[in-house]
Amino acid sequence: MSRLTMREAISQAMWEEMEKDPSVFILGEEVGVWGGSYAVTKGFYDHFGGERVRDTPIAETAIIGAAIGSAMTGLRPIAELMTINFAFAAMDQIVNQAAKLHYMFGGQFVLPLVIRAVGGGGRQLGATHSQTPDAVFAHFPGLKVVSPGTPADAKGLLKTAIRSNDPILFIENATMYQVRGEVPDGDYLVPIGISCIQRPGKDVTIVTYSKGLEISLKAAEELAKDGIEAEIVDLRTLRPLDMGPVIESFKKTNRAVIVEEGWKSFGVGAEIASRIYEQAFDYVDAPVVRVAQKEVPLPYNRALEQSALPQPSDVVAAVREVL
Amino acid sequence: MDNANLLDFYYQMVLIRRLEERGAELYQAGKIGGFMHLYIGQEAVSTGLIGARQPQDRVITAYRDHGVAINCGIPANEVIAELMGKATGISQGRGGSMHMADRTRNFWGGHAIVGAHLPIAAGLALGDKYAGRDGVTICMFGEGATNIGFFHEAVNLAKVWNLPVLWVCENNRYGMGTTVERASAVSEIQQKAEGYGMVHERVDGMNVLAVYDASKKAIEAVRNGSGPRMLEIMTYRFRGHSMGDPERYRKQAEVKKWEEQDPLGVLHNHLIENQVTSIEVLEEIEERANLAIQKAVEFAEASPEPGLDTLFNNIYAEEV
Repeated sequence: MSRLTMREAISQAMWEEMEKDPSVFILGEEVGVWGGSYAVTKGFYDHFGGERVRDTPIAETAIIGAAIGSAMTGLRPIAELMTINFAFAAMDQIVNQAAKLHYMFGGQFVLPLVIRAVGGGGRQLGATHSQTPDAVFAHFPGLKVVSPGTPADAKGLLKTAIRSNDPILFIENATMYQVRGEVPDGDYLVPIGISCIQRPGKDVTIVTYSKGLEISLKAAEELAKDGIEAEIVDLRTLRPLDMGPVIESFKKTNRAVIVEEGWKSFGVGAEIASRIYEQAFDYVDAPVVRVAQKEVPLPYNRALEQSALPQPSDVVAAVREVL
Repeated sequence: MDNANLLDFYYQMVLIRRLEERGAELYQAGKIGGFMHLYIGQEAVSTGLIGARQPQDRVITAYRDHGVAINCGIPANEVIAELMGKATGISQGRGGSMHMADRTRNFWGGHAIVGAHLPIAAGLALGDKYAGRDGVTICMFGEGATNIGFFHEAVNLAKVWNLPVLWVCENNRYGMGTTVERASAVSEIQQKAEGYGMVHERVDGMNVLAVYDASKKAIEAVRNGSGPRMLEIMTYRFRGHSMGDPERYRKQAEVKKWEEQDPLGVLHNHLIENQVTSIEVLEEIEERANLAIQKAVEFAEASPEPGLDTLFNNIYAEEV
């Protein structure tokens, strides 16, 4: 066990997998000589060389296309999108190609492909660089969407993703790279498609993932001061979605708040709330409440931007509403 | 090229022609659904091109893919069964006309989003280069695909990384109903190769021998590490863009003029004029192709539909 930042955990996962398997390689903008625009691949170029840590032109369609094609030949590419906002420039390759090619040709093509993309707001980057469009990608069967909330899960899920034979979008959050946590050393794997309890409680179920976990843990501390014990379920994977721990917790607490950084409309919270009503209607003691980003393109001004993003106080208020 | 190869080209081209003619009938009879784009008129392009590849060379193309599938060696049975959506189709009835592939024959698909397979082709070539194999990826696309961003990102990357790709533009003069002059800044598509520092050549696509010779030279040059190249193969489709094309954008006289250069006729004349073979032998080849298509239709008609219980098969490679 080591105490690592999220950045170090992600970096370690890739480093270990590249040491183990020569078919694993990285491609993306500034991943090599520069060392990664978020420094996640720092040191990789010098150690693994330019064939395995490939700097690309600023051309997202080419990055994802090259990753798809090389994956079809049996390689295990890790394509880095500098931010998830740039994924829209490669939308066809991600949703029309990566998510479809296995099915559409009767299972002939296998795509062991990981797309790493960093998202989230709160860094005064303006509307085009601050989005959390996770739900958009989780919409498509054929793609798997993973988004860890702790350094340990980041390492374990990424290692599993690299070894997986399916196309996986691995979404990181830029404001969480410095978050520290205990991370198991060596071959630590976390299965994809399994939700987990990050904090046990009995009074209310908070369902969240990624940045929402950090927000929810802070809110839970506040609530605990008043004797309210929130149970936090971390989805970790959006597709395939594991509702097991959510429903189990809800049947115990009968109340739920869903926390996500993305917009509320048509979002992750809408999906979770709907499934709770479908699968546990008889256990509902209060309407499910969603905490999410306000419905606005994120502004540059710090105070304006923060006012649009979900805060721990919003979660505390939501919990008080359902109790 | 020896005479046996020439006769085999003739067989493949007639086979594609008959398959497409029969396909049109089946479509009109309601036995084939969706969109269907016929290769009639363009048979010499993929026949000569794929005839020039080695087994380790990958082929990837757009949605006008039935002929390419045949040239890659997929039996007509499985092509027609796929057109009819049967379980025995080459893509198990999941893909249809626009999505045929057979990785065992190094055919990496018909792809239906214009230009979207070009970045994937770069990736296939990267796979070979990374692994130190000497395969060349042959990527076919229409001239219409050279106006979309995919093309430019893919050919740029392939050049920057010196990937073993042969880019093959089938210039049939129309992107759906829009002429090349109305859609492309330059009507000679090979000029676009200049912008990416690629060797290029314009080829007569109605003459399978010309296509073969140019392809052979280009594929081997790419294999030898001289970087990606481009062929612009001039051709013409005798039928509409798809089965639902009223063809208001061109005159019948223009079609007739091109039909005088029918690639089957061009090869037929070559074989007779150069005394490669006799009329009787060519008629026998035509009969063989007719029979193969007839049998393929019977096979497809008799084949089962995919079971409804298989709907969710192969969404992922791993169990979820």
